Amino acid sequence: MPGTVIETRELGRRFAGVTALHALDLTVGAGEAVAVFGPNGAGKSTLLRLLATLLRPSAGALRLFERAVNDGGAAARRRVGFLSHQSFLYPDLTPTENLDFYARMFGVARPGERVRGLIERVGLTGWAHRPVRTLSRGLEQRCALARALVHEPDLLLLDEPFTGLDVDASAMLAAMLRETHAGGTTLLMTTHDMARGFEVCRRAIVLTRGRLVWDGTIAGMPDDFERRYHELTQPPTDPTLSTQHSALRTSR
Amino acid sequence: MRKLADAILPPVTLLVMLAAIYMVFVYVPTDKVQGIVQRIFYFHVPLAIMTFVAFGTVAVASALFLWRGTRASDRVAHAAAEVGMVFCTLVLITGPIWARPVWGTWWTWDARLTTTLILWLIYAAYLMLRSFSGAADQGARYAAVLGVVGAVDIPIINRSVYWWRTIHPAVLITREGGSGLADPRMQATLGVCFLAFFLLFVWLTWVRNENMRLSDEVETLRQQALGHA
Amino acid sequence: MLALLRKDLQIEFRTKETLAALLLLGLLTLVVLSFAFDPTSELRGEAAPGALWVAVIFAGVLGLNRSFLAERENDCLQGLLLCPVDRGTIYLAKTAGNFLFMMMAQLVIVPIFIFFFNLPVSLGLGGVFLSLALGLLGFAAIGTLFAAISVRTRAREVMLPLLLLPLAVPIFIAGVKVTGHMLAGKPFAEVKPWLNLMAGFDVIFLVVGWLVFEYAVEE
Repeated sequence: MPGTVIETRELGRRFAGVTALHALDLTVGAGEAVAVFGPNGAGKSTLLRLLATLLRPSAGALRLFERAVNDGGAAARRRVGFLSHQSFLYPDLTPTENLDFYARMFGVARPGERVRGLIERVGLTGWAHRPVRTLSRGLEQRCALARALVHEPDLLLLDEPFTGLDVDASAMLAAMLRETHAGGTTLLMTTHDMARGFEVCRRAIVLTRGRLVWDGTIAGMPDDFERRYHELTQPPTDPTLSTQHSALRTSR
Repeated sequence: MRKLADAILPPVTLLVMLAAIYMVFVYVPTDKVQGIVQRIFYFHVPLAIMTFVAFGTVAVASALFLWRGTRASDRVAHAAAEVGMVFCTLVLITGPIWARPVWGTWWTWDARLTTTLILWLIYAAYLMLRSFSGAADQGARYAAVLGVVGAVDIPIINRSVYWWRTIHPAVLITREGGSGLADPRMQATLGVCFLAFFLLFVWLTWVRNENMRLSDEVETLRQQALGHA
Repeated sequence: MLALLRKDLQIEFRTKETLAALLLLGLLTLVVLSFAFDPTSELRGEAAPGALWVAVIFAGVLGLNRSFLAERENDCLQGLLLCPVDRGTIYLAKTAGNFLFMMMAQLVIVPIFIFFFNLPVSLGLGGVFLSLALGLLGFAAIGTLFAAISVRTRAREVMLPLLLLPLAVPIFIAGVKVTGHMLAGKPFAEVKPWLNLMAGFDVIFLVVGWLVFEYAVEE
């Protein structure tokens, strides 16, 4: 699939006076796999939610699949999948029922077939008919991945997907993501787990305090990258500023 | 523009309010039928009208906020709601004070009074919604939804209570507050009071709005400073 | 939209939590109200429609709260918002679900109500259900909108009744009037204006809710 998948120009988002994201410019082409690193509060989740059209921008423009995102973004959502650390699965329903529901909501052509195929692919066959609340976190996350992929999205957004997974589950998820990427899906993933990030993605961006501070390919430079990352994300250590800083923080 | 309003509104409001007070307590003659208590009417009626005007302001500002999303609209809605709530409380206090000597009961369930009571409950819900919401801008949005829905509902509420009272064959008291104002001095007093309370509403809403605007600015500056430190 | 409705019904039939809550709270309220009025007094007949509506509304508020509580677990509401559907459609589906649940509860509550209050089972029963249907539709219309809002505030159990009850006054007044008439077997024509009021209320707030729902759920 040719073309640009994501294009943002001066994208910004404020929450009641706090600017979570400042004038962000980002372009992601089809088939790329991009990792988003940054400390807590840097705006990573905000960026992802903006791209998923769950949030509306306070400033700037967003284009998905080379079309501006207007009128609520329903057209774009059809081609976007989203995986978070929350599974978005109804705990009282089984994986089959959950996936069937989402398949219908996304207008998938033959939901029954697709659901069965997905359940096999993520290895949930034995648990397909038990309520989701009985599944372990690893299995739940697999089901959530199936949910995100049920409509064969061209863009998959992942918000800290490895959180709370044990080593095996984590490895399995990484393998499935690589598989999905190999199939042509564009990936954008935020994560604190740099090792996994390098495993799955070839390009990385770093956000700090709502700003994009680094953007480049990361294949084959793990040690160097970590040092650079710490440099980029450290706040400046001017002593006068830091006392004023703490005074400001406590005043209200 | 802002400085002009700041400079003019307070003194003008004060002057007109003083004039109104003078007229109510000294100038206007005592009503033959109702006696001295009737003077409350000159406060009660303008307050009542203004509380509905206030809610109208809340509704329009809320709709604008939902549509456009500008903080200014939200602040106006919030400020108007606070002032409107105060006015509404005063209406519900002055009403019974007037009613007791004149009609013999503290409260009747007639359309106007009941609608005002429900308006008070809606104001309370509006303000509570703002304080109980997780994030300030979420609270603003939810309150705006209530503002719009409430405004659509108030006329319906009024109508339904009115029918409830007229179809029900109970004690029917029509509160014709306007009738019996034959004396031109009474009309003049009422007019001045309307103006006084209108100005009071505008001024208080303005002050509260400015208050919030400055508060927002301080917060933005604070966040900026923290972000750069 | 049908898929959404079906999903809500599926969850409900599996857990039956909402229906149980609606039924129990409704019946409990009726019992308490029965104690409030002297069983031998004639006033009981007059108070009866009011008692029914109080029970229905209180139970309804609880049911409405629950309809969005389910969406809070695992952040399912976000999952819904990711689907390529209009927010207004989500609102209509949720409202329909809530309305259906409330009406289903009435199938049990109304007979028990007639039993408790010793009312003659005249031909008015159809009319009673009509008044309940019209009333609960409007109630569900504003209720669903504000339930979505209250579930995300801090005092969530308190917030919904606070918001809903003042706004639902016309429905309540109309509902009690019509139900009272129907129970007494009085002619239909007398309550036409009230029925029109309820129908108008339903239409107006379904439209308003449909337009405004996106502001209640998005961030």
